[in-house]
Amino acid sequence: MVVRQRIFQKYLWVGFFLFPSLIGLLVFMVVPMVSSLALTFYEWDPLIPTRFHFQGLQNYLTLVKDTNFWAALLHTLFYIAGYIPLVLTAGLGVALLMNQKLVGRAFFRGAFFMPVISAWVAVALMWTWIFNPKFGIVNYLLSLIGITGPSWLYDPNWAMPAIILTSVWKDIGFIMVLFLTGLQSIPQEYYEAASIDGAGNWPRFRYITLPLLSPTAFFALIISLINSFQVFDQVWVMTQGGPAGSTSVLVEQIVNNSFRYGRMGYAATMSWVLFLIVFLVTIFQTRMQKNWVTYE
Amino acid sequence: MNEQSSQAIPPTILTTSCPGSYRLKRRVSQAVLYLLLILGALVMIIPFAWMISTSLKTDQYVLTIPPQLIPNPATLDSYLRLFELYPIGRMLFNSLFVAGLTTLGQLVTCSMAAYAFARLKFRGHNLVFLFYLATMMVPFQVTITPLFILMRIFGWINTYQGLILPGVFSAFGTFMLRQAFLTIPVEYEEAAYMDGASPLTIFLRIILPLSKPALATLTVFAFMGSWNAFLWPLFIVREQTLMTLPVGLATLQGRWLTEWNLVMAGTVITVLPMLLLYLFAQKYIVQGFVMSGLKG
Repeated sequence: MVVRQRIFQKYLWVGFFLFPSLIGLLVFMVVPMVSSLALTFYEWDPLIPTRFHFQGLQNYLTLVKDTNFWAALLHTLFYIAGYIPLVLTAGLGVALLMNQKLVGRAFFRGAFFMPVISAWVAVALMWTWIFNPKFGIVNYLLSLIGITGPSWLYDPNWAMPAIILTSVWKDIGFIMVLFLTGLQSIPQEYYEAASIDGAGNWPRFRYITLPLLSPTAFFALIISLINSFQVFDQVWVMTQGGPAGSTSVLVEQIVNNSFRYGRMGYAATMSWVLFLIVFLVTIFQTRMQKNWVTYE
Repeated sequence: MNEQSSQAIPPTILTTSCPGSYRLKRRVSQAVLYLLLILGALVMIIPFAWMISTSLKTDQYVLTIPPQLIPNPATLDSYLRLFELYPIGRMLFNSLFVAGLTTLGQLVTCSMAAYAFARLKFRGHNLVFLFYLATMMVPFQVTITPLFILMRIFGWINTYQGLILPGVFSAFGTFMLRQAFLTIPVEYEEAAYMDGASPLTIFLRIILPLSKPALATLTVFAFMGSWNAFLWPLFIVREQTLMTLPVGLATLQGRWLTEWNLVMAGTVITVLPMLLLYLFAQKYIVQGFVMSGLKG
């Protein structure tokens, strides 16, 4: 009896500690997630109560033929192709610089981290103003060296590059911190041993730093990939998907469909397809990692 | 951006302890190191300086060619006008209120659940924990549409509870605190347990006081995440009186498109609290970002 009472008591405690969090996650995460999947088979406009009916795979068929969706996917991929290499190399570069004996390290780290902790909306507004074709400082600086700058966010060819540059600027500090953590976990003895063997700077970087940093690099790659498939805030503030739809991205399409056009089912379908794409890319990357990632 | 790409060639600067006439070479490499870092820091700081500079200008000096870099005359006029014309004070309060309660809620629910996972080994705890980890993989966009519908059902559109409650339950926070609790030696609790202390006493008197760094990390990280959040407040809030700063800022841009001094004043108000927070809690903030990376 005593034992049973004890067990009963223990589970009371488990319930006490776990339930607030568990119920919250169920209500605000799991229920929406499951209904989101169900919603992909429905048409539903919440403003028009009669428009709620099951329609099988119709949303998926619409998606395949939706030129807006494919354009948004293409723009997202373009964003990723520009953003990822830039932010990873710049972040690694800054981390390598910061990993030296430095006077004023806290200052430099703070400088690179300022954009990371700032709200995306604020950063996007700052850069919208900086990229202002007539009165912004980017085109002013370009004019100093005799270049007439483009109209950036108003030019279909330059709007996405401007968004990419802004995003790289914002995230360098985050990638830097990840790489710094990785660099600091490399045992100093490796470098000492290499020095005794007479290895110079480049070989030490090439054969010690790079391989031992590759798990961090893999990790930074995955995180930034997942994040950049979900690019939204900066697009919403800087261009709203324009000009001429040139910066329309996947999440912007999702938001517009649910928020503006009242196509809840279709928006849910799009978000699941986005999730599926991110998931597949992550799996693919994980498979590929054995080709270039070295674990100790 | 040129400065940033050239930062990616740092191996020459790895400190060497080679003998002989390397002193000069080392001095040169030191100079290059600082030059690159200062250039990089400038690229990070100038947009913030430009933001502040613009916010201090009077209307007629905002749109000038060439841009006036240092405001003359400098005035707080745009701040005063912003507070007069726009409920920015209310938005500041909303941001503080929402971020504060979200953080408090996360601290309570996450630490309790984390304790259950770390110490009360109930049957199936691994399975439930795995379920927590799985929810972290699903991007917010997947749940946002049904979550919005759920809020309609609850009648929580345009309310503080609708703004706050979905952000209170965090699998990531639970995960992070569980890791911290696991590092506490069990011996500390055993004596208390023998004396008949309840799990609640142990949790409050032993576990929490011993986990201050992890709790601090979660505090600043949750606060910052909530303060900077954009997508959910954009969905759930319809009226200015409930807007948080990022949403308010985004609407500000459409309102006074040309009045950049007002917009930049709003941006300063949004960014400054986070920069101050960084000054006082940089260790925990950086730690939070590193951990947020590690969850992947």
